Order: sequence, then C-alpha cells, then structure tokens
Amino acid sequence: MLLIRCPYCEEERPELEFAGAGEAHIARPANMSDISDEDFEAFFFIRENQKGIVFERWRHIHGCGRFFNAARHSVSDKFIVTYKAGEPKPELTDEQIAAVAGATGKSGK
Amino acid sequence: MRRYSAFSLAREAMRSHTGWDKQWDNPEPRSRYDVIIVGAGGHGLGTAYYLAAEHGITNIAVLEKGWLGGGNTGRNTTIIRSNYLYDESAGIYNHAIKLWEGLSAELNYNVMFSQRGVMMLAHNVHDVQVAQRHIHANRLNGVDNQWLTPEEAKAFCPPLNISRSARYPVMGAALQKKGGTARHDAVAWGYARAASARGVHIIQNCEVTGIHRGADGAVTGVETTRGTINAGKVGVVAAGHTSVLMEMAGLRMPLESFPLQALVSEPVKPVFPCVVMSNSVHAYISQSDKGELVIGAGTDQYTSYSQTGGLHILSHTLEAICEMFPMFTRMKMLRTWGGIVDVTPDRSPILAKTPVKGLYANCGWGTGGFKATPGSAHVFAHTIARDEPHEINAGFTLERFRTGRLIDEAAAAAVAH
Repeated sequence: MLLIRCPYCEEERPELEFAGAGEAHIARPANMSDISDEDFEAFFFIRENQKGIVFERWRHIHGCGRFFNAARHSVSDKFIVTYKAGEPKPELTDEQIAAVAGATGKSGK
Repeated sequence: MRRYSAFSLAREAMRSHTGWDKQWDNPEPRSRYDVIIVGAGGHGLGTAYYLAAEHGITNIAVLEKGWLGGGNTGRNTTIIRSNYLYDESAGIYNHAIKLWEGLSAELNYNVMFSQRGVMMLAHNVHDVQVAQRHIHANRLNGVDNQWLTPEEAKAFCPPLNISRSARYPVMGAALQKKGGTARHDAVAWGYARAASARGVHIIQNCEVTGIHRGADGAVTGVETTRGTINAGKVGVVAAGHTSVLMEMAGLRMPLESFPLQALVSEPVKPVFPCVVMSNSVHAYISQSDKGELVIGAGTDQYTSYSQTGGLHILSHTLEAICEMFPMFTRMKMLRTWGGIVDVTPDRSPILAKTPVKGLYANCGWGTGGFKATPGSAHVFAHTIARDEPHEINAGFTLERFRTGRLIDEAAAAAVAH
C-alpha cells in the first residue's frame, strides 16, 4: 500500500484514503466540438504510461476530498512530490529521480 | 522434435529418462529474420508457431527480455471462457476455445486443458438481468452459456453456500460448461517446443531497446541487448510493456499498465470442481490439479511496472472468498505475485497493423488475455503473414479510438474490471 502525502492536509496518509484519478496535466479542450478526431483521440484515449516518472492525479476522497497531483516513479512506486491542483508540472532534478528509481523491497522486478 | 507418447514414455522409463531431448533450442541470434516477435509469452510463441505451421514462415526470432513464459503467461489464474457480450469478442474468444480443445494434440504437449465449467454468480436482481442478457447474447453468437437456479448451481459446485441468509445470497448463476482452466506454463512450453522444432529461434535474455525504421518509415529491425537484428516485420506482443516498445517506433498508445495480483493456497485434496466467479463481490476461484486454490484479485488503482501490488487488494479479495466459501477461512495462502497488464479504454484488445509499416501490435488484453492465447496467436499470425487482419480480429484495430468504433466490453465483459 502506498503512503501518500496530501498537499492540502499536509500529512502522509495510507492509500486507502485516496482514489487514483489517472494521468495528470491533461487539459480538456475548451472547443470540444471543433477539434479533429485525431485531437480527440489524443486527449481522451492516448496515455503516456511511462515506465519511469509519471505525473498523476489523486483525490483524497476519505479526507479533505480534494484533487491534487503527484510525481511518482512507476517502477519503484515511490513518490517524489505531491502538489496542489492547478500548480505547474514540477521540474524534477536528476537527484530527485535517482532517489526514487531503486527497486521496491519485493522481489520480481 | 521427438514425439511424446505412451511408448516413448515407457521406453524412457526403462532407461532412467536419459534419452529426452531439450524441448527447445537456445540459438545465437542471426543478423536477419523475416519476422521478429517481441515477447515470448503464450501469445508471442503461439504467433511464431502458427506463422511456421500455417503460413510457411519459419525464419522467425522470438525475442524475450527475461525467460519464456515468465511474464503474464506464468502469472495469470489460467481461466478460460468465451462468454463475452459483443460479436467481435465472442468471435475471438470462441475461436480460442475451439483451438484449446485440440491444442494438446496439435502441439503433442499436454496443456492440461480442463473444461470443468466456469460459473458466474448473480447476487441481486441486476446481476440476474445482466447474466441472462449475456446468456441470450452468447447463444445467438454460438457461445455456450446457460442459466442455473441456486439449487442447480449448488449441485454443480457443492461448496457453494446458497443460504438465503448469506451476506451475498446466490440468486442464480450463468454457467459456461466449455470454460475451464489450462496449465499456463505448459502453453508457453508447448508452443515454444513446437515452434523451435519448425526452426523458429527463441532468444531469451534479449531485451529490445530500440526499433529501427528506414527512410520510408517502415520497420527495418530492432536494437537489442545482444546487438542489432534486422527484419521487415516486427510483431510486438509485450503486454504491460507495449507502450514502452511502441514509443521506440514513435507510436503513442491508448494503453495504461496496472499491477494485477493473484495468489494460491496450500495444496489440498480436490474440493472445488469448477471455476466460480462473482462480480458483485469481486472474487474468483478455482483449484489447480496440484491442489492449490487459485485466486485472482483486482488491479491496483495506479499505473505501475513494478510487478507487485498492494496487500489491501489481496485481503479484499480474500474477504470476499471467505464470505462466499466459509470452508476456506482457515486455508493458508502460500504465494502471492503480481503481473503488469496493459488496459485499453474499451477493455478490448488491439490485434492489428499499426500506422508504421511492418509493425504489428497484439496488446491491450488487460486482465484477461490467457484465455485467448491460441485464438489471438492464430489470427495475429495471419495478420502478420498476409499483412491484413483475419476476419476474426478485423474489429480490434488501433484506429477504433479515433473512429469511435469501440468494442466496449468495459461495462459488458462478464467480469468487473
């Protein structure tokens, strides 16, 4: 189970309090009826699905109820940072990434 | 390839089993093949086998970054069924069932396919209506499925608790008698042996690190940890890592990779005769021929490549199992593990050509690809050999996410996702 820091409550809480809400920083086009099928596909269906650093949304559904974003490593599952909704995607340093890039404690990489 | 038979078994028994061949070769990679398959799981090895056996293409390499059958093929709960709602799904999963029925004989390898029946429980009025709709749709598509009353369900699966006072009372069940289980490892091994005997190179510990494209954009080969290997056709059958591989060719995919876990108990004598699934409480269970209860859990809620998942996902599943089958409350669970499944937005697979010439995708099987192994491999081999889809996989395109022609099993498949 992940331990997730809610940037609003400013404390780490167990994953059970949170609902994952998919990839972050996907902007819904304001002119939805005008965009092409290709643009709609890219917005609605295509996902980064990175092996490495992922930016994702979480909702503290059994806490403050608010959405926020997180940067996490998708191999170690370790978080680098969580930040409030609306804040820009953070620039991550190599040190920050290296610090979370290790394997999980479990076997079976 | 030396054939397995009662005679060869008896002969080897007389001489301490010293005469058996290796089941497949471990060749050094050539610099060029006609077709490269990336991923030596059941779907990939099966694709190579059918390319060789049915399309006369034997100059094939199957590249595997780990060991063959070590990914989701060796991590699933081995359940086979075809009771999906939509025509396209019924087509491919039923195609698979037909191939499963003859697979041991075809491969001369016992995949232990056991049509012990897959029973899906209905616990409320909505479940009953959905199950009966499925049964009717399935029967129109030639897929066997039948409705059982609680008493009939209990007769088919005696451990079932059909008391009206149960927390999740059983109001009936949909039974696919042709469904069942197979030995997952044997499927990979059987295809590997049969493909190797036809000249296919299975190259393990060979990770693909790049996909090469020529001036016209077409695929020319792959870069691997064991050097450059050229081929005009590359089929990617890499499950959870499909997004990573496709990005090497500049393709962004409608996929997300999630951990999916399973677990087995200590082995016990035969107590559980069939496969039972329950959507409402999200649990499914069967017993392997070795005696272990095989239990599948759900996916985690976040994307990951870690091949491990949260313990609370497992405990949630076990709570449901114990609720439905109180006799299992004191069973000890021996092993748990996770695999990474690639999930499409409509929960149907992608089995198709891609916009990159010579690059083919077999992915998006999500939480339920094992059951489709022979069908998927069979039509994917056709797609690669002819450079056009078989009629059975014609709907499973990559373009459907642009055109909107989805195969929306997300809400319609017989299990919750």
